[in-house]
Amino acid sequence: MLTEFLYLMKAELMITIIIFILLFLKLGSKEMKAENMLNFINVLLVINLAAGFFNIPTGNLFGDMFRTNELFTLEKNFLNFGTLIISLQSYDWLKNHKHVPEFYILLLSTLLGMFFMISSSNLLMFYLGLELSTIPLAALCNFDLHQRRSSEAAFKMIMSSAFSSGLLLFGISLLYGSTGTLDFHELTLQLNDNSLQIFSLILLIAGFGFKISAVPFHLWTADVYEGSPVAVTSYLSVVSKGAILFVIVSVFYNVFTPVANSWYNMIFLISVATMIIGNLFALRQQNMKRFLAFSSIAQVGFILVGLTAQSTEGSSSVIYFILIYIFSNLGAFGVISVVSAITGKETMDDYRGFYKTNPLLTWVLAISLFSLAGIPPLAGFFGKFFLLFAGAGKGNYSLIVIAALNMVVSLYYYLKVIKAMFMDANENPIEKIHSHWQPKIAMGICVGGILITGIASGAYNYIHSLLK
Amino acid sequence: MNLSLLIILPLLTALAILPLKASKQVRVVSLVGASMQFILVFILLYFYWNERSSGNTSVMLFENNYPWYAPLHINYHVGVDGISVAMILLTAFVVLAGVLVSWNVEKLSKEFFFLLLLLSLGAYGFFISLDLFTLFFFLEVAVIPKFLLIGIWGSGRKEYSAMKLALMLMTGSALVFVGLLGLYFNTNDGNGQHTFDILQIAQMNIPVSIQKIFFPFAFVGFGIFGALFPFHTWVPDGHSSAPTAASMFLAGISMKLGGYGCLRVATFLMPEAAHQYSWIIIVLASIAILYGAFATMMQTDLKYINAYSSVSHCGFVLLGIGMLTKTAITGAVMQMVSHGLMTALFFASIGMIYDRTHTRQVAQLGGLLKIMPFISTVFVIAGLCSLGLPGFSGFVAEVTVFMGSWQHADNFYRIATIIACASIVVTAVYILRAVGKAIMGPLPLTAEGSPPHLWRGGEVDARWNEKWAAALLIVGIVMIGVAPFWLNDLVTPGTETMMKNIGKVVMLK
Repeated sequence: MLTEFLYLMKAELMITIIIFILLFLKLGSKEMKAENMLNFINVLLVINLAAGFFNIPTGNLFGDMFRTNELFTLEKNFLNFGTLIISLQSYDWLKNHKHVPEFYILLLSTLLGMFFMISSSNLLMFYLGLELSTIPLAALCNFDLHQRRSSEAAFKMIMSSAFSSGLLLFGISLLYGSTGTLDFHELTLQLNDNSLQIFSLILLIAGFGFKISAVPFHLWTADVYEGSPVAVTSYLSVVSKGAILFVIVSVFYNVFTPVANSWYNMIFLISVATMIIGNLFALRQQNMKRFLAFSSIAQVGFILVGLTAQSTEGSSSVIYFILIYIFSNLGAFGVISVVSAITGKETMDDYRGFYKTNPLLTWVLAISLFSLAGIPPLAGFFGKFFLLFAGAGKGNYSLIVIAALNMVVSLYYYLKVIKAMFMDANENPIEKIHSHWQPKIAMGICVGGILITGIASGAYNYIHSLLK
Repeated sequence: MNLSLLIILPLLTALAILPLKASKQVRVVSLVGASMQFILVFILLYFYWNERSSGNTSVMLFENNYPWYAPLHINYHVGVDGISVAMILLTAFVVLAGVLVSWNVEKLSKEFFFLLLLLSLGAYGFFISLDLFTLFFFLEVAVIPKFLLIGIWGSGRKEYSAMKLALMLMTGSALVFVGLLGLYFNTNDGNGQHTFDILQIAQMNIPVSIQKIFFPFAFVGFGIFGALFPFHTWVPDGHSSAPTAASMFLAGISMKLGGYGCLRVATFLMPEAAHQYSWIIIVLASIAILYGAFATMMQTDLKYINAYSSVSHCGFVLLGIGMLTKTAITGAVMQMVSHGLMTALFFASIGMIYDRTHTRQVAQLGGLLKIMPFISTVFVIAGLCSLGLPGFSGFVAEVTVFMGSWQHADNFYRIATIIACASIVVTAVYILRAVGKAIMGPLPLTAEGSPPHLWRGGEVDARWNEKWAAALLIVGIVMIGVAPFWLNDLVTPGTETMMKNIGKVVMLK
């Protein structure tokens, strides 16, 4: 029993152990230097990531509350990977911060919550994981301790996530009322499209909508993204969103197959609204973090197109896209994070003439943005192509036309940043930036991933084979 | 012969210039790379002739087919027929000439040549693709380098033009994308599997109702690339703001991507719909031809003159495709090659003139023949080719299109042909007027009574690199003009395959 427990919960236990190590470090009498601490933590995270690829467990625990298999482990590895990249990128910011261990304890707690959420096989377990992954996030948003808007962001975050959790709980309780079970397998058998169940489905989707900031539940996103430290913003927009999408695609997708039709209609409407509104707002943003916030809302709209597909291609394209999204969005956030940590500049105007002073960083940002815009030969092209491809398999071409035209709109605002960096003149551009080698490595990994993941078809084919 | 070399070679060249520091090294490496492409393409041509003359009648030669995204039935499938070889030949000419002309680019020369090579990679890949996914992939590869080329190295309202071009072309590819997905999900290889493979789809009978929905997406999408009226508005702005080599590329190759796509994807794979919609294509093409010609007459900027005349000349390509006869389609392909070479030559000479005089306004120029005889001669040759003088490629291609169009006995087609023919007179007017004012006549004098200062100084006439670039393109133009049969022989087997698909519809009528 004990060995089985240790084996099946390997990923979760690794994170827990790291959290404990950090706790004891904090308790120790001697203060460690921030640099050493960061190096040590990053080594731990690398080990944690590497361990995820060996001895992949399959099985159930706690009377089917918790389950794991190759697909879930892959998803957890993606999240581990994203966390590691963010940790490397925030080196320049954290080395001047007094509370490094606390930051990581909170960060890893949310990660632990996401793991439980992905592995859940019961609505109760799912809710537990969800709460564990949201509450520490609100504290993280407040981590720019001397910034007023950081506290504001934290407050907005906690209010909106409490509200969305409320919706989710209401939905779950109605679902329990109408089916008499919380277990996913039995739930599938009990679902029959009656109006109470549809209502609870609406509530559940609204709850998810808050977490992935889909329109019309997106209003908190921009303010929270702008106010939070860049590291937290990138974590929110990539890892936290990715986790919820993983859960939707690999868990709820299967649970709600009996009500697939209602599911399709709702996701369809949300997807169209999210793409259009996200794009329209992104057009007008000046602050780079807000800009990426709205662009990430639009990206969620594209991901939802893949979710309408209800096929193996749809699910695998969503998971594949999240991998690419980790590379592309973190590449972009990496540059913004380094620039913001060293110069404090965050608006699009500051980036004018960036190419003259920082050609390499400019290319990193440009490649990431092109990948987000879906330009070949970068990975983003493949990701978007497969999402829309899967959506088209359903036969509703109006959605595909809307999505394809939205890609053109989104190209416009990505090109605006490119234009500012490459073409505009600026009297005092951002000076030459010398960052630590760790953020550089992180950016290198992101660019490498963007360049390779699409052309080499291995990643997609592997995900597809897991879902079959 | 492994066709993937055509993709690998530009890629390797582009990667090779990345670590270089001095702009001279960058230039030399790019020139070597472009020359190797040129040689490679002639080797391809040689092998192609050999295969064909030894009796190989398969539709595509040198095919390579590897699974890429196997679960989605996406393959990396390449192969060439006569039409693709002709377009590849055109690309090689324009790339080499473009690299030569850009010899003096000092600003960020590494990035410049990198993007230029990336463009050539996209064009080659597009022309050899036999899988719709691969084709679409390479079509989009060729968009963003254009944006950067125009935006960074361009002149005039460069940011506006670059943005307009990128957005319009991306809209085009978005439409193409929908068309391709629609095709894919309505194919069936007998086992219920879908396919992106062009040759397989050509063998299937896509239902006419489906074709009627998705043909407009594919045709208009590619048409935006090929300056289909009324989606041609990116052409004048984009061409005139772009640096010389990029203009050559845009007009010489990029617009041909559109024409080739209209032919290979839209018309070849959806022939029934092509027949149904052919009258619309012909009306739009005729408008483009006439409107382009008249709009050119109003232009005062040399680059705008050539850009609008490109709209008019590319109209012939679409007209030929819309006519759906064997001769007309052969003519359309020949017009693509001819226009590609001719317009590249035109832009090259305009670029050279602009380098020396710092103006492109016809009114401010004059008597160039006196101080830069070589460049002026090149300009005149390009102009004469453009107005269809026998002996140059333009004449051959346009006559073939007209002959093909006249084969229809219907009055509608004949009226369209007559309208298109009439545009040649207008072409003669604007070309001769520009030549007369800018090349002939007296030199404009400054207030002190001497020729403008900028025009003098050391070497006013063409440098070695410019002479080579011009010579290269002129050789191409004259070779087609004097001995058109080789191009005709090259293209005809390809058009015959197309006609098998298109012709079966005519039989039904």
